[in-house]
Amino acid sequence: MLKEAINYLSAPLYSFTTFIVLFGLAMKRMDIVGTKKFGWGLLITILAIFGWMLTDPSFFTVISTPDNIPIIILNALVFWSTWFALYKGHQNDLRIARGEQPLEGTPENREKVWAWPNLVYTELFCIILCTIFLIVWAIFFKAPLEEPANPTWAPNPAKAPWYFLGLQEMLVYFDPWMAGVVLPVIIIIGLIAIPFIDINPKGNGYYTFAERKYAIAGFCFGWLALWIFLIQIGTFLRGPNWTFYGPFEVWDAHKVVAENNVNLSEFFWIKGLSVALPKNIFLREIVGIILTFGYLVAAPLYVTKKWGQDMLARMGAARYWLLMFLVLGMMSLPIKMYLRWFFTLKYIVAMPEFELNL
Amino acid sequence: MSEGFAKKVANTQVWKAIFRHGPPNNARNRAAVVAGNVFLHLHPIKLKKSGVQLGYTWCMGGLTFFVFLSLTITGVLLMFYYRPTAEYAFTDIIGLREHVPLGIMRELHRWGAHLMVITVWIHMFRVFMTGSYKPPREFNWGVGVILLVLTMLLSFTGYLLPWDQLAIWAITVGSNMAKATPFLGHGGPGAMLAKIGDFVMVSDKNDVRFQLLGGRFVGEAALLRFYILHCVFIPLVVAVLIAVHFWRVRKDGGISAPL
Repeated sequence: MLKEAINYLSAPLYSFTTFIVLFGLAMKRMDIVGTKKFGWGLLITILAIFGWMLTDPSFFTVISTPDNIPIIILNALVFWSTWFALYKGHQNDLRIARGEQPLEGTPENREKVWAWPNLVYTELFCIILCTIFLIVWAIFFKAPLEEPANPTWAPNPAKAPWYFLGLQEMLVYFDPWMAGVVLPVIIIIGLIAIPFIDINPKGNGYYTFAERKYAIAGFCFGWLALWIFLIQIGTFLRGPNWTFYGPFEVWDAHKVVAENNVNLSEFFWIKGLSVALPKNIFLREIVGIILTFGYLVAAPLYVTKKWGQDMLARMGAARYWLLMFLVLGMMSLPIKMYLRWFFTLKYIVAMPEFELNL
Repeated sequence: MSEGFAKKVANTQVWKAIFRHGPPNNARNRAAVVAGNVFLHLHPIKLKKSGVQLGYTWCMGGLTFFVFLSLTITGVLLMFYYRPTAEYAFTDIIGLREHVPLGIMRELHRWGAHLMVITVWIHMFRVFMTGSYKPPREFNWGVGVILLVLTMLLSFTGYLLPWDQLAIWAITVGSNMAKATPFLGHGGPGAMLAKIGDFVMVSDKNDVRFQLLGGRFVGEAALLRFYILHCVFIPLVVAVLIAVHFWRVRKDGGISAPL
């Protein structure tokens, strides 16, 4: 009963929505998130739930696949690093509010120390720990090796390595040219552009949240919700035919899922106007083209005119429009996800004639 | 007695020939040990206390470099046993598992590869959260992003080499993305516009995926290409960029700290 409820609620629509709501709350209430009590409480809760989930055979099968073990390590590190960075940021914010220096900037911490032994011994310590960790991992878990390569028989599901599963999960919502090429390029360009867009001089060289709220919230949204979270779905909750399976569901390749996704042009012409699709490609897709144009050009211009003048003047045109483009690119993913979930929308612009589907 | 012995060793001609200075227990020798050693001179001689604290750096960048070095060593050892051909690749991996005593080299290499992807991600997260990409470190952040992408490509190209079902289908899924590249892949938008009469300029015989795989599917040519990319080409690029990255960490003022 409980397991069925969890299976149901871990469907992307519910789990992703829950995740971003919790994320928004966390960003709002740093006074709670940035405390040790919260960190320990969350850790114990997660461990308890995870331990209970491990007792389920089908969940255990998926999670104990050798190549999935790195993801458990990733999750542990992502959890710890996110909380710890926010905790340290909150501690520094309290110090700054009291008129003190951030912890990294106290006279004691500004003092110079010898690299030998201070730095060199710390590095040695980390290297030894890491070596022990790797050797133990290597002894207890054999590297996977399946049957010899057979180009005529594809396994189902065929999955990319786990660090690309966020991208593979995007394939549900976007065509390969978007999910596999355009969005990754936007991610790389966006990351490289961060230092040139973010002109806030504060928070350079110490943990803080209050001094750079929007930068941190924006980055963490992309990192946690659109990258890490999608990797979890792609790895643990996608079975044969890339069908969704709850964590306690057996991967039965015969699970039937109603897939009746509809293009926007079909919504408009057939369902809306009750006429056949026009022969002319551009006329057929006119609504989607207008919407896309509106999203990429008209909406940003309007938003800028109405609310963005200050920011535009402060940042300069190049920075401002690059940021706008990157935000639009990033938000196109959750927008497309929700359009799919609510309206079973397949493509906003569907031009298979040019392989141009959006 | 042991202290006396250590002192004796430090006074031998051999010790002096190698290290050229006494044990690093005074200011002069502590400076000398870092400045005079080719490996240790990556470090500054002195640095701010905030920069050596594990609570600040998490040592993630350093560990990424360390894992890269272990991957280089285990990778070279694996190359002694592995031939990148469709005939031998899989059986060589079996042989590695069955016949090489105490064989955890492949495990160390595979888990290390996963670990490097993880540590480099967490390193980037830490650098972001401390605002360390801000001036004067903008350029080095960019170098870091390229290194992060190359780390994933290193891991990805290595994924094919065991030549089992897991390998070829993961690479098939991944490389199928390339065929959707706008204008450059035969399944991507715009490719069919590049036509002269009946002559198709971008087809599955010459698009980016073909260049990547050396064929229209993941076959023996792809295995050789990925092998060279994995063992020679990308590591060389990464090594150069790591040098630039470390150099710029020093030149941009060392590990970031409040201004």
